[in-house]
Amino acid sequence: MITLTHYLVVVGFMFAIGLVGILRRKNLLMLFFSTEILLNAANVGFAAVSKFYMDLTGQMVAFFIIAVAASEVAVGLGLLVLWYKRTGSIDLDSLQIMKG
Amino acid sequence: MYEAVAFYFFSAITLGMFSVTVLSRNALYAMSSLAGGMVFISGFFFLLDAEFLGVVQIIVYSGAVMALYTFGMMFFDTTRDVQERITGKKTIYTLAILSALLIVIIVAAPLWGAHLEAIYPMGAASSNVQSLGLVMFTHYLIPFELSAVMLLVAMISGIVLVSRRMDSSITLSEEADLKEDL
Repeated sequence: MITLTHYLVVVGFMFAIGLVGILRRKNLLMLFFSTEILLNAANVGFAAVSKFYMDLTGQMVAFFIIAVAASEVAVGLGLLVLWYKRTGSIDLDSLQIMKG
Repeated sequence: MYEAVAFYFFSAITLGMFSVTVLSRNALYAMSSLAGGMVFISGFFFLLDAEFLGVVQIIVYSGAVMALYTFGMMFFDTTRDVQERITGKKTIYTLAILSALLIVIIVAAPLWGAHLEAIYPMGAASSNVQSLGLVMFTHYLIPFELSAVMLLVAMISGIVLVSRRMDSSITLSEEADLKEDL
């Protein structure tokens, strides 16, 4: 029997993987990928809570998270392409323009 | 039994796919495994009786978002391996796992403490899509419209940022103008 705890444990693992990606990678494209993993983990968590409490609110929130993720990708990728045209690099360290 | 097998299968395969995404040195491999992981995430949604969310996950994530990434990656050189200077691996892993655990526990803590009442209970008679539409177009109409406006704004900004004068750089020319002004 699969309970809510099973799902939350898997969501925790998924979130940890995404956070490892965000902290470890220096490539901005990889940071975007890790953000997608984080959003997906949150979605699964919301859907699981929604099922085990028989409430549709979780699914609604997950639906809006998907909308936010889609627009985040559109804007973020546009900015990323602009940055790549300007500096020729999508490394996180190239964003550092203050010398100190 | 069937549900347990499906759950363990999907969790193992999504966690594996996402690990490949995070740890791979090749951007193309990372993107492919992310797309695969997205498809298997929708399996979770079908298991959780959220059919509409599962279909939206496949269409939006595996379709739209991954296609956007694919088009975006045409601008970058992806044949090379990603060169990164990674420092302090052990600290990073400890920090990430601890904070992820903390966030999940903080968010999920009210579930164990209080007795939650369903605000919009699932209708036993109607299907998932039907009850979801009833709730969305009555109680969540304003957030729905706002998210539509947000998607429109994101689409326009994406078009403006990437496609205006593809041959010349907007930011560079603006910077040159700025320097002339100074």
